[in-house]
Amino acid sequence: MEIVLNPLLNGFVYGMLLFMLASGLTLIFSMMGVLNFAHAGIYMIGAYVAFDMSRLIGFWAALIVAPLVCAAIGAGIEVWGLRRTHHNGHIAELLFTFGLFFIIERGVQMVWGMLPVPYRVPALLDFPLFRLYGVDFPAYRAFMLLIAGGMLLAIRLLLTRTRVGLIIQASLTHPQMVSSLGHNVPRVFTLVFAGGCYLAGLAGVIGGNYQVTEPAMAASLGPIVFVVVVFGGLGSLSGCFVSSIVIGMVQTFAVSIDGSLADLLGPIVAWIGTDNLAGEILSIPVSRVGPLLPYAMMVGILMFRPRGLMGTRDT
Amino acid sequence: MNEAAAKPPKRSRQLWLWAALILIGVAMPWVFYDWHTARQSGFVLTMMSQMGMMVIFSLSYNMLMGQSGLLSFGHAVLFGLGGYCTVHFLEAAGHHSFPVPLELIPLCAGLTGLGFGIVYGYIAATQRATAFAMITLGLGELTTTAGIMFHHFFGGEGGISTDRTNASSLFGLSYGASVQVYYLILAWTVLAALGMLFLTKTPLGAMANATRDNFERARFMGYDPRRVRFLQFALSGFFAGIGGGLYAITYEIVTYDAVSGALSANVVLMTYIGGATFFYGPILGAILITLLQSGLSLLSNAWLIYVGVLFIGMVTFAPSGLAGIIGAHGPLARAGRLGRLLVPYLRLSIPAFATLIGFSGAVELTSFLTIGEAQGKHLVLFGETIQVWTPQPWIVTAILLIGGGIWLRRECRAFARIWDDLNADLKDRSL
Repeated sequence: MEIVLNPLLNGFVYGMLLFMLASGLTLIFSMMGVLNFAHAGIYMIGAYVAFDMSRLIGFWAALIVAPLVCAAIGAGIEVWGLRRTHHNGHIAELLFTFGLFFIIERGVQMVWGMLPVPYRVPALLDFPLFRLYGVDFPAYRAFMLLIAGGMLLAIRLLLTRTRVGLIIQASLTHPQMVSSLGHNVPRVFTLVFAGGCYLAGLAGVIGGNYQVTEPAMAASLGPIVFVVVVFGGLGSLSGCFVSSIVIGMVQTFAVSIDGSLADLLGPIVAWIGTDNLAGEILSIPVSRVGPLLPYAMMVGILMFRPRGLMGTRDT
Repeated sequence: MNEAAAKPPKRSRQLWLWAALILIGVAMPWVFYDWHTARQSGFVLTMMSQMGMMVIFSLSYNMLMGQSGLLSFGHAVLFGLGGYCTVHFLEAAGHHSFPVPLELIPLCAGLTGLGFGIVYGYIAATQRATAFAMITLGLGELTTTAGIMFHHFFGGEGGISTDRTNASSLFGLSYGASVQVYYLILAWTVLAALGMLFLTKTPLGAMANATRDNFERARFMGYDPRRVRFLQFALSGFFAGIGGGLYAITYEIVTYDAVSGALSANVVLMTYIGGATFFYGPILGAILITLLQSGLSLLSNAWLIYVGVLFIGMVTFAPSGLAGIIGAHGPLARAGRLGRLLVPYLRLSIPAFATLIGFSGAVELTSFLTIGEAQGKHLVLFGETIQVWTPQPWIVTAILLIGGGIWLRRECRAFARIWDDLNADLKDRSL
């Protein structure tokens, strides 16, 4: 039981963190056709701003303010940047966000330095909530689940119960029609972009002290978030949720499995020997293959089912 | 429209330009020849060698980006795998089990690049546009992770190293001196560039352009866009492999950096800044970025910020890159009107310079607050140490940046008016 339950809980926490990032990205991607490379950069900015603010005004105020800062940055990017490149097509927009990520990464290194900053869990939540088979479950992870779950509920209510939400939903699938009906689609775009960046910033605030706040955090998480979005499928928030949890679980479980293919195929590997390339591939432990799996999943799904798990149209 | 205005520059003139470029490449090591030590400048040689490889690499990338409209985020995979294989070739040559002279080893690297291009291309060519970009991103990350993980082929984090003098030579050269390697790189750069230029003139090159511009129509005409994508990908793998082979020969070590996302990102920047819609654009981009890389990185911690801003500026204001900017002057130059732009350009250059100084001042001051202080460095300008914690330098940069920016905007509008007038005038005359 213990090798299943603990990774299950941790995988769920990690998956929820991924979902906070991926939900904003999938909304932006589905509506505007722009795969926002800078999204993980915004996540990183959220973490760093929260670090600075938690020293000045405390963690709880940072929890409110830092995501708002990120939303403002996002709105600025959309209005002054993306909208200007829009007439050059999706590739130009993609490249714009790509360049932006470049600048954000170096900018963060310049402002906050190359080394990790000591962004810690607030003292109020720094205690083990319960013990499970001898392993503590920190209260902060429960708090993360609470925030992520609350946000999930809020998005759901916003999208299904409000007028803006209905327009956003319609723009996901039929942007031209929505525009023809007289809605200000560019303004909806700005709103969604700012909203997505708000979520990324919030994920940064609660994820920065769960992981490590360092300049490489965006580059290491960014591609994983793309995997989540592509794997879940375009235009589907529930697909995004499922794939976040799946990727979170896959990565957590892979780390906790210590075996390798060689354990299953013992005699064959003994015959090949571990001294050559084939033997090495077979005898590598699953825990080290973990980082490979999400990318293999993405390449596979793009080859055979380009619309993703629950997508409504091809990527 | 008049024939003369529409016709591209004469073939012979283009040929002269190419010849001049090659001549500069040949002469460059001797321009920086140090007569005291009777040696070429090592810095210049390293930089020029790097330029050669990057020219091949970005030209091969442009076979996808510019010519086929495919955005790849994992092109370094083909480059790096060519490099890894070259190291193994050279090692084998050391054991006398690989009797190929060093001059032809880049060709072998190209063939392995072609092989990997066929494998990766088979996977990636199933999709186009954003999905293609994502597949290549995934393949790139897969290969980088595998490069760190497997020791037999990739050597893990330390990479694998070799000795290029293992191989024999067709001309009896030892290739111990880097100037010999430089001329080898130059020769292969010219060959590869000619090969890629030739490919753009073939039916395949034309079909790549067709699938880029309208893939549905290309399909209606009976061509399979997937096959076109596959062929372009595999062939660009061939040329990227040549670049990787030269990389391995020059540095004699290949680590996972050569397949990493950073290099893939670099080639996107080079190709786009140079201009993806022109054949010679990536050459300009590769030369410019390598110059910045070797020159600016010595002066500034934050040189990548400048490259990033340049890239974003290009994406927003000049999507056809440097080559596009130069090309736009073509009709005016042929009509002999380029002189009329001299004064507007001079007027533009003053606020542009002010803004540039202001911007780089802001970047440098910020970087000296953090990275510079961590390294114990001080900002020294014109022989005077500037105190970055006092308000004066910040106020000066703010004035330059904001004032210069506003002024630049006004001048840009004026310049655009003159530009449009000149071009409209040109059109009227030719009608």
